[in-house]
Amino acid sequence: MKKINAMFKRLAARNEKALIPYITAGDPDLDTTRGLVLEMARRGADLIELGIPFSDPLADGPTIQAACQRALRQEVNLPKIIDLVRALRRETDIPLVLMGYYNPILSYGLDRLARDAAQAGVNGFIIPDLPGEEARDWHRAACDAGVAPIFLAAPTSGPSRIRKIGALTRGFLYYVSVTGITGARAGLPEDLKTALAEVRTLIKCPLAVGFGISTPEQVRDLAPLVDGVVVGSAIVQRLACRTDAAVVREIGDFVAELKAPLR
Amino acid sequence: MPALLELEEAYSRIRRDPEFKKELAGLLKDYVGRPSPLYFARHLTEALGGPKVYLKREDLNHTGAHKINNTLGQGLLAQRMGKKRVIAETGAGQHGVATATVAALLGMECDIYMGTEDIRRQRLNVIRMKLLGARVIPVESGSCTLKDAMNEAIRDWVTNVRHTHYVIGSVAGPHPYPRLVRDFQSVIGQETRAQMRQQEGRLPDCLVACVGGGSNAMGLFYPFLKDQVRFIGVEAAGHGIDSGHHSATLVAGEVGVLHGACSYLLQDPWGNIREAHSLAPGLDYPGVGPEHSYFKETGRAQYVAINDQEALEGFKLLSRTEGILPALESAHAVAYVQKAAGEFKPGELVVINLSGRGDKDVEAVAELVEAQ
Repeated sequence: MKKINAMFKRLAARNEKALIPYITAGDPDLDTTRGLVLEMARRGADLIELGIPFSDPLADGPTIQAACQRALRQEVNLPKIIDLVRALRRETDIPLVLMGYYNPILSYGLDRLARDAAQAGVNGFIIPDLPGEEARDWHRAACDAGVAPIFLAAPTSGPSRIRKIGALTRGFLYYVSVTGITGARAGLPEDLKTALAEVRTLIKCPLAVGFGISTPEQVRDLAPLVDGVVVGSAIVQRLACRTDAAVVREIGDFVAELKAPLR
Repeated sequence: MPALLELEEAYSRIRRDPEFKKELAGLLKDYVGRPSPLYFARHLTEALGGPKVYLKREDLNHTGAHKINNTLGQGLLAQRMGKKRVIAETGAGQHGVATATVAALLGMECDIYMGTEDIRRQRLNVIRMKLLGARVIPVESGSCTLKDAMNEAIRDWVTNVRHTHYVIGSVAGPHPYPRLVRDFQSVIGQETRAQMRQQEGRLPDCLVACVGGGSNAMGLFYPFLKDQVRFIGVEAAGHGIDSGHHSATLVAGEVGVLHGACSYLLQDPWGNIREAHSLAPGLDYPGVGPEHSYFKETGRAQYVAINDQEALEGFKLLSRTEGILPALESAHAVAYVQKAAGEFKPGELVVINLSGRGDKDVEAVAELVEAQ
């Protein structure tokens, strides 16, 4: 949790914005995930989201659904991802956040997971199917262990809920750019900028925007309005079905391109 | 979440509106054909030699199943909420047909999500939906059955929530759906109460219904909640509980969270959802309505499982003794009473909810019978 806060502070002091890439852990395998995290950290990522593969990823479009399926075929699960983070912590200090659906988290046990994850070096969790209203137990477990429970808000949330979510979330507020699921889109909603400007007035914590953001141009466009930009499907798409060694460097190049407009 | 809050608010307002109640009651009577008969199955009773068996004839409803009770209610609700489009998931196709029917009746746009495996198994219902003016969207993710169709419907809903209402077909999914669907299906139990009183002068001893998500069972059970009436929910044991290929969520599952509800689930040790199996596509769901989980935990209802073969025997028995082809889903309830006939006291009054008719299953059953 502290690591995320420190990162946003450090960037703010330099008038810089955070690039938050997402990849699904274990797609195509855990070794590649390890290589990708290190490469992305070197090439300009400020915080990395690692997806926990799930059989029924409701908030995700076809790209990340397919990534989940590939990772599940490798029998990737939460304990293995926590082990991966533990191993990564010997090599990188970058804030790491796990993004996953509630049932695997519940099945692991809320308190046990928060403790194990914190001990391994996980800094936060994003659970897209856990609304704030239902999150009391998780919020307490996460805060007690020192991992940030990060919450999402959507264009349909409305000012009063966004205020509540802003007070509940730790690390940052994840604003979903569209009403819908993850996945690269040609264009973002026209009213997104207005919406982000409004959200900004409703919350005190850092604000990151994600869902559907796939190009350096879009990143440049949104940068002035937020503290961080999440790019997921566009990276996962480049990774899909590749097993050759060159892919890690190519993703690194893409991350560097995405980061450039945020400096 | 805001969409659910909007729905909850609208429902709590509209359900008390006399105009809404009047319109729903009128359509249930003249369009659906309610009340559905409570039929004393004399020949089935004789064949079983145990309890006195009544059938609640939901199969005689317009569109051939209990599903229309709910879709009509939700359709009228959606209309009053100003939604122009409805979407639904479907397994057996019965809920899809019932939603497409109501969309046609109310002049709404309609998209139905259906797993490709179910599209193959329920060809006739796919044709019916298309004839009713709905689009049937094939779902190829996961097991290509009901849960995957529900995933896609939820993805559509969050994308188009402003003008679309999602008609969930069972007492599953996030609040307020389990309650809303229970309320609209409770007409089954309310009628059964009055009809049994009239025919036998007392309440039944036991109610038996199949449980996939559990809407027909909940609709029958709920109005008897405070009475001395036993509830038995019959899940699908598929190839057998031990085979791992089944849909017996309450009998063999564990508590988890799926589709916005905390309930029993079929899941692996890491919390991934397992694929469900049943020869009855309407039971092929790895979750179950949360209120059924509550009934299980409190002991208010008992849940049992009937395998594919037993269900097929139940199908044949009812067809031959009473001249009624049951849906394969409902055949599970018949098969349970057949199997457990000896455990009932003679003369005990048992109501089986005949939740749907078997026309949709004729091809599948013929294949199975020939294969044997």
